[in-house]
Parts: sequence; C-alpha cells; structure tokens
Amino acid sequence: MADFVQQFVGGLGAGAIYASLALALVLIYQFTGIVNFAQGELAMFATYIAWTFIDAGLPFWLALVLTLAISFVGGMLIERVIIRPVEGAPELTLVIVTVGLFIFVNAAAGWIWSFLIKDFPNPFPGGALQAGGVSLAYSTLGVLAVVGGVMGLLYLMFRYTKIGLGMRAVATNPESARLVGIRVGWTLAFGWGLAALVGAVSGVLVAPLLFLEPNMMGGVLIYAFAAATLGGFDSPLGAVVGGLIVGVAETLAGSYVDFIGSDLKIGVPLAIILGVLLLRPQGLFGRAVVERA
Amino acid sequence: MSESTDTTETTEAAGAAEAVKGGSGTPPGVAGYAVRNWRMLALGALLLLAVAAPFQLVPFRVFQLTMVMVYAVALVGLNLLVGHAGQISLGHGAFFAVGAYSTAVMMYHWDLPYPVTFPLAAAVAFVLGYAFGVPATRLRGLYLALVTLAIAIFLVPLLKRFESVTGGSMGLTLEKPEPPAWTGLAQDQWLYFLALAGTVLAFLVVHYLLRSRVGRAMHSVRDNETAAEVMGVRPASYKRRAFAWSSMIAGAAGCLYTWTIGFVSPDSFTVNLSITLLAGIVVGGLGSTWGPLLGGLFVMFVPSWSQDINKAAPGVIFGLLIIAVMYVAPTGLAGLAGRAAHWFNKTRSNRILRKG
Amino acid sequence: MRRPLGSGRSGNGGRLRRGTAVSAAVLLAATTAAACGGRDDGDDGGTATGACEGQQTTGITDSSLKLGGIYPLSGPASAYGAIPKGIKAYFDYVNKEKGGVDGRQVEFVVRDDGYQPPKAVEEARRLVEQEQVFALFQTLGTPSTTATWDYTSQRKVPQIFVATGASKWGTDDKHPWTIGWQPNYVSEARVYAQHLKQEKPKAKVAVLFQNDDFGKDLLDGFKKAIEGSEIKIVQEESYEVTDPSVEAQMRDLAGSGADVFLNVTTPKFGSQALAADAKITDWNPLHILNNVAASVTVLEPVGFKNVQGVVSSTYYKDPNDPQWADDAEMKLYRDKMKQYSPGADPNVPYHAFGWAVATSFHKTLEAAECKTREGLRDSMRNLKDVEVPMLLPGVKMSTGPDDGFPIEAMQMMKFEGERWTLTGEVIDTRKVFGPLGD
Repeated sequence: MADFVQQFVGGLGAGAIYASLALALVLIYQFTGIVNFAQGELAMFATYIAWTFIDAGLPFWLALVLTLAISFVGGMLIERVIIRPVEGAPELTLVIVTVGLFIFVNAAAGWIWSFLIKDFPNPFPGGALQAGGVSLAYSTLGVLAVVGGVMGLLYLMFRYTKIGLGMRAVATNPESARLVGIRVGWTLAFGWGLAALVGAVSGVLVAPLLFLEPNMMGGVLIYAFAAATLGGFDSPLGAVVGGLIVGVAETLAGSYVDFIGSDLKIGVPLAIILGVLLLRPQGLFGRAVVERA
Repeated sequence: MSESTDTTETTEAAGAAEAVKGGSGTPPGVAGYAVRNWRMLALGALLLLAVAAPFQLVPFRVFQLTMVMVYAVALVGLNLLVGHAGQISLGHGAFFAVGAYSTAVMMYHWDLPYPVTFPLAAAVAFVLGYAFGVPATRLRGLYLALVTLAIAIFLVPLLKRFESVTGGSMGLTLEKPEPPAWTGLAQDQWLYFLALAGTVLAFLVVHYLLRSRVGRAMHSVRDNETAAEVMGVRPASYKRRAFAWSSMIAGAAGCLYTWTIGFVSPDSFTVNLSITLLAGIVVGGLGSTWGPLLGGLFVMFVPSWSQDINKAAPGVIFGLLIIAVMYVAPTGLAGLAGRAAHWFNKTRSNRILRKG
Repeated sequence: MRRPLGSGRSGNGGRLRRGTAVSAAVLLAATTAAACGGRDDGDDGGTATGACEGQQTTGITDSSLKLGGIYPLSGPASAYGAIPKGIKAYFDYVNKEKGGVDGRQVEFVVRDDGYQPPKAVEEARRLVEQEQVFALFQTLGTPSTTATWDYTSQRKVPQIFVATGASKWGTDDKHPWTIGWQPNYVSEARVYAQHLKQEKPKAKVAVLFQNDDFGKDLLDGFKKAIEGSEIKIVQEESYEVTDPSVEAQMRDLAGSGADVFLNVTTPKFGSQALAADAKITDWNPLHILNNVAASVTVLEPVGFKNVQGVVSSTYYKDPNDPQWADDAEMKLYRDKMKQYSPGADPNVPYHAFGWAVATSFHKTLEAAECKTREGLRDSMRNLKDVEVPMLLPGVKMSTGPDDGFPIEAMQMMKFEGERWTLTGEVIDTRKVFGPLGD
C-alpha cells in the first residue's frame, strides 16, 4: 500500500511538471487560438538565461525576477517580429512558424550553451516530508504550490480583469474586438509575453528536477499537450487537473500493469485523451463551442 | 536535354499567356497545338527530364532525387488529408512507418519478392488508416492534431516492443531490390525508377480521386461541413475515406523508403518525421497539385544547405528558413509559383494587348 | 482542382492522343537512355602503381588526404556533435606543426545526419561520390552506421573507427571495410559482471536501460556474462530517449530490494538516475554507471557528495580528472584545443574522445604499408599493440584476422572526492573472457 501511495505521489510530482507547461500552452491558445510548438523551447531558453545570471553570481530570486521580465518582453517581441507578418495567414501556416521557431531556439541554445547538462539550483529545500512510509519531497510540494498559484492568478485575470476580457474577445472574434476598440495587436503580443513568462516559471521549476540541457522540454511538451487536451484547451484549471491525471495515470500504469511497463507508458495518456475526446470533445473543463453554419 | 527544356519554358509561358486571354485567337498549326496544350507538354517534358536524369547524374544525386520522390509520395498522401479533406495530421510519419515496416517484415520474415510488397504495404496502411479514421472523424482541428501526434510518439516504443517481428530497437536490415538483368541498370538507377513509378502512380491516383464524386464530396466537407451535410454528403464517411486513402499513399511511400534504404529501425520514424512531413506540405503548398513535390525538395535539400551555411548549428538556419518561407509564401511554395506565374502572365498579356 | 483552361474543350479523344504522344516520347527516351547502358560503379579516383598496384588512391596524394565524418550536429543527439571538434583540433595541430599525417595535409569534412539513417546514407554518398574522400572516418550511432555499411562495403571505402560500441562491428564478417573503435558494450558488461563476481557474488541487480540498440546490447551482454553465477537480475526498467524523466522507473527499482544498481544510460538520464538514487535515502545499492555516462560532467551537476562510491569503467583519460592534470598528452591536448579550437571547452570529454580517435587514425595510417584504401583496411585489421597516449596506460589497440575490436581493455574505477580513482588492473576482456561469439 505504501508503495502504491508512493508511486501515486510520484505521479503527482510528474503531473505538476506537465501542468506547469500546459498552463503556458493554454494561455497562448486562449489569446491567439493557435498551438505553440515552441512554448517548451522558449521556456528552456529562459531557464538558460536564469542559469547564466546565477552562474554570474546573482542571487536566485533576483535572477528569477530578471528572467521573468526578459521572458515577458521577449515573448512580446517574438509576437511582434516573428508572428505578426503571418497574422492573417491560415492557421496551419502559423503552427508551422512555431515549428520553425522550435527548431531555431533549440539549436540556438545548443550553440550558445553547448549540449552538456547544467546544474540548476533548486529554490526549494531538499529532503522530504515523511508519513507512514511515504515520502513527499519538498520540491514536489513546492512545484505543486507554484503551479496552483499561477493557475489561480490566471483564473482571476481571465475572469475579472479588463485585459482578460479583451483577450477573450480577441480570441473569439478579432474583427468584432477591433470594432469595439480593443487593440488586437497589443493584446496578442501581451498574450505571447504572458505565456513566455509562465513558460519561464515552468522551466525554472523543472530544471532542478530534470537537469538543464537544450532538449529538456522536448519530452515534457508532449505530456503538456496531453494535459491541456485532457483538461480542455481553454481552462487553466483543466490544464492543471489534466496534468496531474496524466502524471498519475502513466506512473501507475508503468509500475503496476506488466504489459504496459515503462516502455509503453506513453500510451496511457494517449488512451486517456482519445477516450475523453470521444466522450467529451471539449475536454474535461472546456466549454463546448456551438458552431454557426 | 537542355534544348528541350528551353522550348518548354517558352511554350509554357506562351500557353500561360494564352490561358489568361481565355483561349481566343489561338494561332493555327504546331504553335497552336503547343499553346493549347502547354500543360500536357510541360508534364511530358518534366517526365522526360525525370527519365533522363539518372543517366546524367552521379549516383549520389540519383539517390537524393529518389528520396525526394519518396517524401513527395508521402506528402501526396498528407496533402489529400490536410489540403483536400481539411483534417490536420501530425502523425503521418506513423502511417509511413507502417508501410515501411510492413514491407520490411514481408521481405525479411516471409521472403516475399519485393514487387508484391508494394500493394500489400499500401493495403495494410489503408486498413489501419480506415480503422483510425473511425474515432478520428469525431475529433476536429487541434484535438485531432494532438491525437495524431500522440500516435506518432507511441509508435516508436510499440515497434521496439514486438521484437520478434520488428527486430526491436536494432531494426531490420534487408537486401535492396536488384535491377533485372535486361535493363542493364545500376541498382541506384533501378531504385530511382521504382520510386518514379510510385510517384507517378500516387499523383495519378489522387488526381482521379479528386475528380471523382469522392473528391468533390471531400472538398465540400472541407469548405463547409454543414452545407455539405445539408446537400446529403455524410461528412464522417468521407473523412474516414480521406484517412484511409491518405494513409494508403503514405504506406506506399514507406514501402519505397524501405526499398531505397534497405534498413528500418524505430528511431528512423520518430515524431520529428511526422512534424517534418507536415512542415514539408505546408511549405510546399497545401491543396495544390505540385505542393508535394516542392515539399519533398524542401525536406530533402534545405537541411543540407543549412549545414553548409552554419556547421555549428544547422538547426538555427533550418528553423529560420522555415519561418522565412512562410513569410514570403504563406500559402506555400506552389502558391508562390502560382502568384509569380500570374504576375508574369499579367505583364505579358498587357504587352501583347498593347502590341495588338 | 482547377481545370486547365487550354484543354477544357478538346474532349476525350484529344486527351487520349496527347497521352499517347507523351508516353511514346517518354518510352523513346527511356529506351535510348537504357541503350547507353547502366553505369559501372567503379571509382574514377585512380589507382596506385608499384608495389600497391591496382589499389584505390581516391582522396589521397603524397601531400594531401581527405576524410569525411558523419555526426548528429542537429536533433536530439546533438551532444555528440562535439566529437569532430576534438578531431579537427588534432588534425589542425598535426597539419601545422607536424607536417600532417605521414606527410599529408588532412582535410576533414564533417556532415550532419541529425541521427537519422536515411540522412546518413545521403551524406555517406555525398562524401564518397562528390567529395571523393579517401575514407569515412567515423559515422556516429548504431542506426546510422548500420544504414551505411552495406554501401561502404560495396564501394570498397574504409569506414574506420565508427563511434558506436555495438558488438556487431567486430563479430560480423561481411563488412571488412567497417571497424569500430571503442570497447564494445558487451565487453563492458562483462567487466561489470566480473567485478560483481569478485565483490558481490550473490548480487541482486536492478537495471535501468535505454530502450535502444545501445541499452539492449549492454543488458544482453550482462545477462550472458552472469549466466551460471549466483548473480541475479531482480528487476529491469527501460526508458525512451524522448521521456522527460526516469524518476518513476527509479522508484520501481528501489522497491525491488536489489543491492546493485546497473545504470545503462546516456548522459542526461545518467544524471537523473544518479540524482534519484541519492534522493531515495532508504535504498543504497552499489551503483554501477556505464561508461557512456561516466564523465565527470554527468556527475558534477548531481553534486559530488551524492555520487561517492559509484563505480564505472573507462579506457581513455577524462580531461576533468585531476589525476591527468600533469599528463604530457593531456597538457598537449589542452594546449592545442585552446590554439586550434578556441571556442570549444577542452573539459568536454567528447573533445578528448575525438582527439584520441584521431590519434588512433594517425597511427593506423602510418602503419599502413600501402597508402591506399586497401592498405588502410589491411592496417586497421592488423593493429599490434598500438599505443595511443590519450588512452589509459595499459590500454592498447590490437586487431587481427579473428579480432575486429581495436580496444578491448578497460579498467574499473570508483568515484572518490571529486574524481574517479582507477582501481584494480586493466582488464583485457578478450584475454579474460575469450572472444565474443554467438
């Protein structure tokens, strides 16, 4: 039993990692209506920036604040410079641009910082909470807390701020939004900036656990997609719950179902997604979109 | 050879001008025939070039062109699904892999003669594509993209798991098809012609499919599902068929791949292949006839150029090039070519008008 | 599908006629072309005269030598893209200061295959047919090498010192032109099995392995080596290179009650597994780390205090290891890296690996009687205790008619303080365990 609980807790830890990146994915989807393949790579790049500051001797928290600021501005710049020129193009064109961005950022990070793994300091204390033969690492608790906090802030922003309202208007109908005086361009840029910032938080949370190297987020991205799909692409709460479910399900299936084993465990989120989507195409927490013909 | 290309280019231009003018005032005689049928002539010239190429080029270039055609066939399949049926697939590499592995297994374990494997591999991919199409038709847009992506990822460990059949992570090494003695061809030339035949076949199949009722129904579903339904087209049924046909063509491409490379391993068919294929067709031109060929050329040659420019990080250049192409040609290279031709026609016909 | 405007009106008859015309033309071209015959695959690079008469001299003259290497410079395995930097630095140094390899200025052309077999085939053909290289000096990875070795055999081009430890390069007898370099994974597994038989004859082993050719080869070798002993594998878990983390696998292994942990991973996952082992405080097995992940650069991020007592094996000098700080070859290497490859960090062990393999090539060509492709092939298959200063003292290269493995000796080492300490003797796996056979 303790074993099972231990694996369950471990699954939550993995799920928190997926959820952190899924939040950024959901955010960018909310603002712009596209899936950003480069989201994980941008997070990785931001983590390298933080690492560079820390390596230069800056205290962790100062480095973090600087990194978040740079990420926000960087995200906005990317929207203005790279995404803007193809704004009116078909959706797939935009998606392919993010694929190009993925390849570019990944290679650039390897070029600048090499492919050797880097040690990234953990902001949370080492050690673990022990209870009944089960240990819960403080770092897992920390990641969960931060992810929960970010989720809460996003929820409040979506719900109660003007920018959140504008953002929803832009995502639903950019033309009408423009007519009612919303500055669509800047709202999109703000969305990219914010998503890059949330991504940077994710990268900094993940790096001490997975070790920093240019392909750090590649594997996480798939699970984050799974999490966002499961939870519904328009819900921060969904992203977090989806992430936790995916993390727990794949961990338990990998450990306890012999046929699945650790090699086929990636099939578990796949099965979950397929199942959920067939029963509830908008995801667990998403709103169904009614289409007008 | 160069002479004939020159003539084609001029006839092509003249023909294009003619097309814009609406075909009125066609000059009589041979010139008139050339002008009226410039498309067919251009196609014939292209085929001639394609047939002559392996005798003029070094084997290395022949191999490159063979791979261009292998990718082009896969992209023909993907184009059918994404461009014509409006269904996004981020997992087309999986169907490609199914074809490649079916061929490998048939040749390795069952010792089947290689020509037999082509239709069989395509059939296997067709069946799997149809089966996958059943749940896939209930998903749309983004969600479909992600599910197909997940399948592409899942395929790699799955192939490794069934080691007795697939050779596990070591893969399977095969003898490449030997040219029949009467042709007097070298092996790489023979493989080239096999790929060429496959490419022509794939283009023909899609060409006639799209002109049939099925193709029109597919387009109507893509353009407006509700309207199509009102007119009595059952969207789900056509989406399933699109999946099956497109998967079949990807499977055929996989078969050509196995013949050409002579080696399959799970790590040759990672999710990167699927993403590269999607990038290839979008860059080439979604829904256009020549998009797959242009996409195949892009997928084959641009990574090589990237490393010529920047050895230290070829990805930096490759990524930038993808973005750059999307800026210059948001609807793909085929669209760009179309626009260029249009612009050319306009200036040209203006000149003709002024002269006349 | 827009209908071609020009042809819309001509009707079916017209289309048929045109179709026939086109196919007739194509057929005609095909037959004329075929009449010219295929093409003989022979090389046009020239042959030697004198004692080595008739042997191929493509890519080599009395004053120059052209080599080609294929590495993943892009994609998920890019970390290995550092190897050619060490090779280049070595060749630049030899070209400028030693008059080249055997009096020949070496040109080393590096191409990227992104770790994809079809790309490797393309690049191999480019190097051989277009660049006209003398030999392929290293292709990296088992898949890429497997996809290309039929071709190199067919073209009779040496594919020397491939950067993968798969055992098939040495056991195969159909590809005389391809040879490995580093100790193969099976031999390495035998070294660990031997170590356990001496230290923990009743060991219960938990294994984490990468689910690809590398992990499988090493694990299978280990299983074979412990046959008949009381050592047992109690649990094995695999991971995919695309997995974000191996933590879940590590928790499973910790629950197995094993007292030995065999860590068969590549660098990133090696660090993760070491960190997880340190974090799981109630499981303290003897940790055996395979050579691929045994660099100090893998251990350092985990924290030295967490990796005390980990054992591994090696065959070349790690530049991070302080015990080689005063070593003459290491000093030369650091010096020349700084001089000829200023952007590259000499502490990266892949650079030292490249340096060592380039030295090995240098010595192999020097030993060749004929400076031809055939001569190189014969030389690489007939090495007699060749010393390479970047290899550990006592590790030498030997090959022969029944031995296709240049390096087969390794030494166990244990991590103490901030460095590896070599323990025991250099183990010549061929002498101790006999040749690899099926």
